Amino acid sequence: MKIAVCLKQVPARDGVLRLNADSTWVREDDVSFEINEPDIYALEEALRLKEKEGGEVVVCTLGPERAAQALKEALAKGADRAIHLHDPAFQNLDAYATARALAAAIRQAAPDLVLTGLQADDDGFAQTGVILAEMLGWAHSTIIMEIQAQERALKAKRELEGGWFQWIEIPLPAVLTIQSGINKPRYATLKGILAAKTKPLQRLGWKELGLDEEALKPRQKITKVFVPPKSGKVEWLEGTPREIAQRLADKLKNEARVI
Amino acid sequence: MAAGILVFAEHHQGKPTRAAWEALAAGQRLAADLGLSLTAVALGVELSPLLAELARTKLDEVIALESPTLEVYTPEGFTSAVFQLIEARQPRLIIFSHTYQARDFAPRLAARRGRALISDCLSYRREGERLILIRPVFQGKFCAETEFVGEPPYFVSFQAGSFREDSVEAGAVPARVTHQAVTLAADTIRTRPGEVFREAKQAVDLSQAKAIVAVGRGIKGPENLELARKLAEALGAELGASRPICDNGWLSMDRQIGSSGQTVAPNLYLALGISGAIQHLVGMKGSRTVVAINKDKEAPIFEVATYGIVGDLFEIVPPLIEEIIKAKSA
Repeated sequence: MKIAVCLKQVPARDGVLRLNADSTWVREDDVSFEINEPDIYALEEALRLKEKEGGEVVVCTLGPERAAQALKEALAKGADRAIHLHDPAFQNLDAYATARALAAAIRQAAPDLVLTGLQADDDGFAQTGVILAEMLGWAHSTIIMEIQAQERALKAKRELEGGWFQWIEIPLPAVLTIQSGINKPRYATLKGILAAKTKPLQRLGWKELGLDEEALKPRQKITKVFVPPKSGKVEWLEGTPREIAQRLADKLKNEARVI
Repeated sequence: MAAGILVFAEHHQGKPTRAAWEALAAGQRLAADLGLSLTAVALGVELSPLLAELARTKLDEVIALESPTLEVYTPEGFTSAVFQLIEARQPRLIIFSHTYQARDFAPRLAARRGRALISDCLSYRREGERLILIRPVFQGKFCAETEFVGEPPYFVSFQAGSFREDSVEAGAVPARVTHQAVTLAADTIRTRPGEVFREAKQAVDLSQAKAIVAVGRGIKGPENLELARKLAEALGAELGASRPICDNGWLSMDRQIGSSGQTVAPNLYLALGISGAIQHLVGMKGSRTVVAINKDKEAPIFEVATYGIVGDLFEIVPPLIEEIIKAKSA
């Protein structure tokens, strides 16, 4: 089975983020980046399917120069080759345009299955994988917690709300969006990191992908990013750890009356 | 319904879900603010009681898309059916609640129409002709004002709780109910959904707990869970966790609190190193007293906290265990 994994490089989860000068996004010059967490699970699931069923794993990202690092990390973990959609025209694309560009690359790579994380931790659209399926004309399912390969089809366990699940039978080719926790992602080995250096990393711009301005034009745009106003009535407890502990114990006993 | 609003009414076996009422509340507010007509649409079979219930609210029309193909949800069926309706009626705005079902098909529907879905919105603001939607980015650390570019139709989904289900207004007269035929070729549906099920019964029922100590990423490693366990023991509390802790296998999945886990409402909820992503908050915000200990003062968990402590949980919890034991025995 040939599997493509779409992944995104996003600011590290535990990093401190600051707004940029015109408050339209965060400052990217002083943050570290990592692979979007659900995408790491999608990659791991692809690698496991390949190990079981045979085939190839192609990783694909759309992003600036720095995003190549995410692809190298994926190659080090065991992906076979990488495609980097990199072009000045790809800056600040919305979910629709991103999916258009990815769809063009996926058509060229012609996999049987596309896996991607259920959403990105930065813009949080939770849409790109689903739109990609529509553009490819493929079946899709979302928020997947288990995959079983069958002949020209898959069984996928879809997570529903409130602890409910559902198995879906889905014909290939298909797009699945993967939920965090579906597996235990591996770490890259030293051998894998060395092997990655010789694996193909292809770079494609909008011309190679046959895209035009119409395809990439925004359908939604962010006009302002801001820190959410504080509406909570939190009472802050301050002091040394011992003082805080004493105050909290007192509050819990005498104010909240819960101990 | 020329240039009106269409609300997708999600239902569970013919009963409108809370998400349906919240979407309808959003639709009523937007219809009044933008001066647009309001229509709700439901998909499935034998929808009459549901339609009657929806028709009692303040709106212009309720449309039923009834077909045996739509009895069980599939993304292909729902996308095709609602797409046909949009083509026929040309609404200006289509509203969803940001549920797992909407997440599964609304992006596909909007893309088929060549338009954007602005997803997971918290609120909106109107500035003249501009409709500005406010949605969380970076896991809720920031909010983004987002606008549509280009011609309608526009697709919007609102996060759970953004509008209150009890704010739905009743109508003066029952709204018109329209049954609309949908033609779906049998081969439209490619995915075959099975029965919904729960995993083998939950060993831990946190929904009945009087007190819960919940741990998040800030606990750093499974070796530190013992500290949280000791605190829970001192408080007579159950141990719960945010999703990443269960994903990592540090605690079993049945201790997960949030939209994909258990919903809890104890008298005391003590959050250790939990930043408070919305998926977690929806599962615990009904708790009576919430204590949050986190190193990041900007963490969203403090928004729902009664008592907030900014600091290193590894420095605060050990003396806290001692002080709680002392206070209880005093």
